[in-house]
This record gives sequence, structure tokens and C-alpha cells, in this order.
Amino acid sequence: MSKIEVTPGMFSKVEVKPSLKTTITMAITGLVVLVAFGIFGKSGDVMFVWSDSRESLQLPHWIVNSMVLCTVVGVLLLAMATAAFFYRRLNKKSPAWLVIIFGLFAIMALLGWLATGASQGVQMVFILSNTLVFAIPLIFGGMAGIMSERAGVVNIAIEGQLLTGAFVSSVVGTMTHNLYLGMVTAMIASGILSMVLASLAIKYLVDQIIIGVLLNVLVIGITNFLHSVWLNNDSSHLNFPGTFDRIAIPLLSDIPVLGQVLFNNRITVYLMFLIVPTLWYVLFKTKLGLRARAVGEHPLAADTVGINVGRTRFWWVTLGGMIAGLGGAALTIGNVGSFGREMSGGQGFIALAVVILGRWQPIYVTLSALLFGFTIVLRVWANQVSPGVPFDIITMVPYLVTLVAVAGFAGRVRAPAADGQPYTKE
Amino acid sequence: MKLELRNITKSFGTLVANDNISLTLEPGEIHSLLGENGAGKSTLMNVLYGLLQPDSGEILIDGKQVNFASPGEAMAAGIGMVHQHFMLIPVFSVAENVVLGNEPTGKLGLLDLNAARKLVKEISDRFGFDIDPDAKVEDLPVGAQQRVEIIKSLARNAKALVLDEPTAVLTPQETDELMEIMRGLAKSGTSIIFITHKLREVQQVSDRITVIRQGKVVATPSPKASANELATLMVGREVDLETKRKPAKLGEESLVVKDLTVLDDRHQQMVDGVSFSIRNGEVLAIAGVQGNGQTELAEAIVGLRKIHSGSVVVAGNDVTRSTVREALESGLGYIPEDRKKDGLVGEFTIAENLMLDGSFTAPFAKGVQIDFAKRDEIANNLIEEFDIRTQSAETLAKQLSGGNQQKVVVARELGRELKVLVASQPTRGVDVGSIEFIHEQIIEARDSGKSVLIISTELDEVLALADRIAVMYRGKIVGIVDGKTSREKLGKMMAGIAA
Repeated sequence: MSKIEVTPGMFSKVEVKPSLKTTITMAITGLVVLVAFGIFGKSGDVMFVWSDSRESLQLPHWIVNSMVLCTVVGVLLLAMATAAFFYRRLNKKSPAWLVIIFGLFAIMALLGWLATGASQGVQMVFILSNTLVFAIPLIFGGMAGIMSERAGVVNIAIEGQLLTGAFVSSVVGTMTHNLYLGMVTAMIASGILSMVLASLAIKYLVDQIIIGVLLNVLVIGITNFLHSVWLNNDSSHLNFPGTFDRIAIPLLSDIPVLGQVLFNNRITVYLMFLIVPTLWYVLFKTKLGLRARAVGEHPLAADTVGINVGRTRFWWVTLGGMIAGLGGAALTIGNVGSFGREMSGGQGFIALAVVILGRWQPIYVTLSALLFGFTIVLRVWANQVSPGVPFDIITMVPYLVTLVAVAGFAGRVRAPAADGQPYTKE
Repeated sequence: MKLELRNITKSFGTLVANDNISLTLEPGEIHSLLGENGAGKSTLMNVLYGLLQPDSGEILIDGKQVNFASPGEAMAAGIGMVHQHFMLIPVFSVAENVVLGNEPTGKLGLLDLNAARKLVKEISDRFGFDIDPDAKVEDLPVGAQQRVEIIKSLARNAKALVLDEPTAVLTPQETDELMEIMRGLAKSGTSIIFITHKLREVQQVSDRITVIRQGKVVATPSPKASANELATLMVGREVDLETKRKPAKLGEESLVVKDLTVLDDRHQQMVDGVSFSIRNGEVLAIAGVQGNGQTELAEAIVGLRKIHSGSVVVAGNDVTRSTVREALESGLGYIPEDRKKDGLVGEFTIAENLMLDGSFTAPFAKGVQIDFAKRDEIANNLIEEFDIRTQSAETLAKQLSGGNQQKVVVARELGRELKVLVASQPTRGVDVGSIEFIHEQIIEARDSGKSVLIISTELDEVLALADRIAVMYRGKIVGIVDGKTSREKLGKMMAGIAA
């Protein structure tokens, strides 16, 4: 019997150069930094403050002239853009490390330019640790998105799940004086909300987008109503839970800069350190994950090997919802300390974007969420250090950063094949 | 394992798909289930496999009654199924696909992919399949994917294997190899139900034959029955397996395709420097195994797919960069390969479907409105002329049988002034009566001086219609040969061996 050739790719490929997008984005960014921030930038010094005042080991501050810094960085960025151009000439994509280093330098120039002349300088620990804190709800929301979409259910209701978690954790936390109980009930409440989504979508085949939107509107309505007629009357007994205590991990938290950022945090952050790798492991290394992905790619094929498509989807959506509930708790008892009307403020929708930017991979999604978290911090921080720049411009910066990241660096993405498609037997 | 189906009845609404069907499968035998498209073969197998529940009747394994609520239960009982459309997950590796649903695991639920690889290797070596366990399924040729499906069933200790139209996607050589694999499996004790509508294959491999027609068992002929006998049983009347045609009267070239290259979204050259031309009054058939670029070729000619390089000229007009409408207006007619997806709007009536590609001009349009009287008149004429079996022109397209749906598409395309007809899989999934009729219509179009391009994966159809045959393999044309070329030679060309 003749052998069948088993080689990847039946058809010959046309040599197509990698897209110019990344190179052009890099060149424009480099030019902006060089010209606007450097040559025509602000005169005066900028101070980089590496260590938090609470740290035992203090790194020296770094003071540099803003125009010099931005000019030097701008030239470096342009050099990297040139390198990217040559990579493309060789028909290679720019390596990820180049893009990452480029991004870090560009951010440094932006921070330096904004903080020129400000007395407090660029407080690295403040910026980085708040980036992490602001990213937590996005990360948990993103994990919820991954879990349901990998199994084939589009979850637009992350916003509602975050808000549910935020509300329940705050109220239960206040009433029982036990924040851990608040956190657990938040997860349960969001889990129940997800069960509604899952059963309507899987069993009754209602359009997933419509249920998601309706659930969001429903949760916003209910929480607004309860907030104004109930919580507001007696907020000290109903909506004043406070926040989890920070737990400094011995030794690790003494590492300069990163120690304070990573290892002196609330439980919600540590749970993130636990959940993200676990989800990655389950999704790609265990049979549960293999089955979930099979259901999200080709449900009929999964069914024919005896996998219960409906049940698999139901539990992945529900467990995802519980993680989103945890994200909601991170908004209140993990950060602000009380519940506010519509406090999720669209983060559930940003989480959807984060899932796409991170290509349905837990690690990448986490990195994308951190980028978004950084833009939120930037908005707050820039207003403090750079009162001269019009507020509207500063509010624009995060979205500009996002736009550059999505349009310039996120390539073509491929969603799970059966994402959003209901599964029925004839 | 002895498998018996007794008096299975299954209906969908008013349609009785299986009417009191009984069937016995002895250990180690190859039992062919022969029937036309829509005869109820797949329904019966889905009942056996637990995907559908029968309205009445029972299934027995070794004399004991069983009941399968899901495919999982059927599998556990030793029944394996290789579906017509593969049940493989394209982005998973072979090993992952094989163990899915039945995964070997280590500590912490960790997938034991090494065990999976060993399993694939072992079965693959035992039957000489030569499959790399780590290859991604989407990168494998169709024939290899089918072997993965068989491995998948064997890995689950299948004692009875159902092969649903397994040869539809294979070259003649691959088909012969599959037959050999089937014999090998049967010898090792695995029973096989072989579902097909191809007579030659049934004659080649069966120990026993059951013919079903319109949901009923009509005969259990001997494996030595002649092709004509089998065809008569399958269709229910005498069938003429030959299409008669006059010698071609060649005119000028109406379709000229030159160095055509079409890419898919992964930059693969689905059509790779293809050139040919067709004269008026001539049929050129593109033969080849499904998925070798034929679909993309047809879509590029019509303008549904972007052309990377090369040119297409229809009746003297360069349509390389034209919109579909411009291509149609220069005299092109197109029968797409998937009538449900691309050929018809199921929720529209027949009359509406018949005016789809002319809705913007006379005779269908009168200024900005539709001329309804004219539309209905044209529709009724076409229904008459093309023998579309329907109660009225107002019937929804989706309510028609496959053959009649296809006739609607053919009627629409041939109903207007054409110079070139491009027909992709014109008779796929259509009953024999409609096949004969559509073939006659295509020959008539040729005889009336049109250039006809047929794209078909059915060698029988190619040989019945073509004046010249071009064979496509991996995006390239292997060669263009005379319409009377032998099956064996074409088979070799379909595997990429130039004539």
C-alpha cells in the first residue's frame, strides 16, 4: 500500500511580507517622542523615584533633564523602528522582545515628559502597584471571558457579573463584618447570574448577545435601585465594608521596587497570581481543558465522542462567572472600600476587548489587562503631576495608548470556531 | 460482535425517514448500505449511534437489547462511526483528537499525551496508516484525516465500524486503499457497515448488501449483482447510466483563464498559476479530489474571491477585477457548489429565487419596482421547462427536495442569456432522476453554443459530460486531457502524477 504523505500545508505559500503596521506605528511613536517630547519638549528636570518611602532598601532618585531624556529615548525608539524595518526586509516579524522594550521606553518618555518639573516626580512604585490593582477586575473579567468563550458561549454579561460581585461583596461584607464571606457570596451571586446566562443560552437557545445585554441592563437597574432606596439610607451599616488588609510576604516584599508592587498586596491580587496560571494549566494541560476547547471549536465532534456539550458549557460559563464575581469584589473590598452606582463603569466591556487582545490565552490576557490598568492609572496620575496640560488631552492618552496597542501590534486573531454558536441536535 | 437493528422507524414531522428498517451485521463482515441521497441511510446510522432516538424498533448486540441515549453509550458498546463530515477538531493534534473524550491522565488531571501518542502510533503501525501523532489535523490531507477518524474508533475498541460515505472525499487510489483497509479490519474481526451510493465500490467490497429507498428496505441483493441491477433497485426504475451527446461543434474561445493565482487568508496558493480556455460549444471539466482549489477557482472566475495575479476573460471582457454583477452582465452564469449556502435563499419563494441575479434590470424590474406579473410568468415558465416539482411558484425554496432545489438554481442560471456557464458540483446530493435531467440541460447548453466549465469531484459526472478534462491537484492543473481518458489515468492524475 502506498504511503500517504503527511506534511503540513498542501499548497505552496506565497511569500508575503509581514505587515508594515508595526514598523510604521513604531516609527511614528519614535518621531512623536523625539520631536514633541524631546526637541520641542518641556525644559526642566524630571525626577524618577524608584523606591517607596516605606521600603527598607532605598534606591537613589534619578534626576534628568526632560528634553535630554526624551531626545535620547526618541533616537533609541527610532533606532528600534529601523531595526524592525530591517527585520521586515528579511521577511521576519519583529521579535516580541523588541516590541516590549520599545513599549517600555516609550512609556518612560511619556511619564518623564508628563512629570517634568513636578515636585513628586515619577513615583514608580505608586504607578506600578496601582496598575496592578486597577487591572485586577479586568483580569478576573478577562478570565471569565476566556472560560465561557473557549467553551463556545459569548459572555457579554461580564459587566453585570462584575457589578453583582461588587454590590454583594460590599453589602455582605458590611453586614457580617467578614470580608471573606463578602467575597465568597459575591462569587456565588455572580455564579448564579451566569447560570441564568448559561441556561438561557444553552438550553433555551436564546441569542447570547441579547441575554448578555439584558442581564447587564438588569443588574445595573437593580443595583442602582437598591443603592438609592436602601444603601443610601444607612450606608454605614450597609455599604461601608472597608478593604482587605495588605499582606506583605516576608523577604519577597523587600525586593526593591517589585517587592512593594507585587508582594505587598491584598488577597485579591494574590488570588489572581493563583487563578491565572491555574486556568492556563487546566485549559491546556488537562483533560477538562481539552474537552472545553473541543466543545468551543466543534461541539458536534465533541458530542460524538461522548462529551456532554451542554453540561460542559454550563459549568465553564458558571465558574467563569464566579471568577468575574471575584473581580467585582476586587473593585469594592479589594480597592475602594464601598459600592458606588455603576462602579464597574464599562470595565466588563473592556474585559471583552482584553480577551481578544490577549487571544483567549490567560497569560496574554493578563498582560493586556495590565496595559489597560496602566492607562487608568495614567489618567489619574497625569492630572496630578502635569496640571498645565489640558485635562481633556490627558483623558485621551489612555485611549490613544490602547488604540496604538490594538491597531499597531495585535495581529490577526482567531476566535474559538464555535464561539457564540448554540449547539442543537436536529 | 453481532449487531441487529429490528424494525427501526424514525420520522421527522410528516417525513418518514426510516420506515420499519431491519438490518443484521455479522462479526467480521462488510455490509453495504446502498441508497440514494435522502433515502434515510444517515438517519438510520444516527439512530444506531445514539445521535437520534428511534420512534420504534430495537437494537440488539449479541442478542441482547440495548438503548443508546448518546454517542458515548454507543461507543462504550463497541460501535464506532466515521462520519461523512469528519468529527475532528482542526486545531488539535492527531493524538489529542484520538483520545478526546477518553483521555489518559496522570497526576493532577494532567493529560498524558505520551500515552496518547503511543496509542496512535501502535494502531497506525498495525494497519499501516503512517500517521504522525503530533501533526495538526487541519494540516493533513483529507485521506489522512479519514484514517485519523478510523484510528479514533479503533482506539475506543470499536467492534463494529460505520463508514458514512467514506469515499466521497478520496481519489480513486485512496479509495482502493480504503477498501484494502476495510478488508484488513474485517479480517481482524471488526464488522463494517459501509454506507454509499457508489455502485462500483459496493460490488468491490461487500459481503452483503442492503438497498434502501425512501426510508424502506427494498432488497438485499447478492454481492455479485450487476451494476445495472443495483442501480435499478436503488432508484426504483430502469436507469440509463450513459449520457448521450453529439460531437462538439467548436466556436471561438469564450472563457480564457490565464496564470490565475488565488490566495487564502493564510497566504496559501489555493489556485496556483492555472491557465485554460474553453471554446463555445465545449465542456471542460475540472476533476480532482475535493479541496484541491477547485472551489476557489470557480469563485475567483465569478468574482467572489480576490484574484492575486493572472486574468479572467469572459466573452472578450476582462473581468479579473470586476464585481460579480459586472461578470454576470458580461454573460457568465454560475451554479455554486453549495446550493443551500450560496445558491438559494431558503426563506424566499421559488419565484423570488428565480429572479435573484436579475432583480435590478428588465424583465424583472420596472423602474425601481419589481414587475410582479412578469416575475410570476417567468417563474411559471421556468418551473415548467425545468421540471421543478412543486405545487406553485410561491413555495419556499427550503421546502423543496435537494434535486428540485438544484433545478431552481440551474433554471435561474440557464434561464437568461449566457455565453459561459460555470457549474460547481452541479449534482451533489441530488437524486438520480434529477442528475439525469441536469446533465441533459448542461449538454443542451453546450450544444446551443455556450462554453461550459464543470467542476466536479465525481469522476462519473466528469466522464459523462466533459469534452476535455483538466485535473487539479494542490492548486495546480496536472494536465488537460481528452474527455475519453481512462479512469485509471485520471485517478493517477488526481493524485498529482502528470500524464
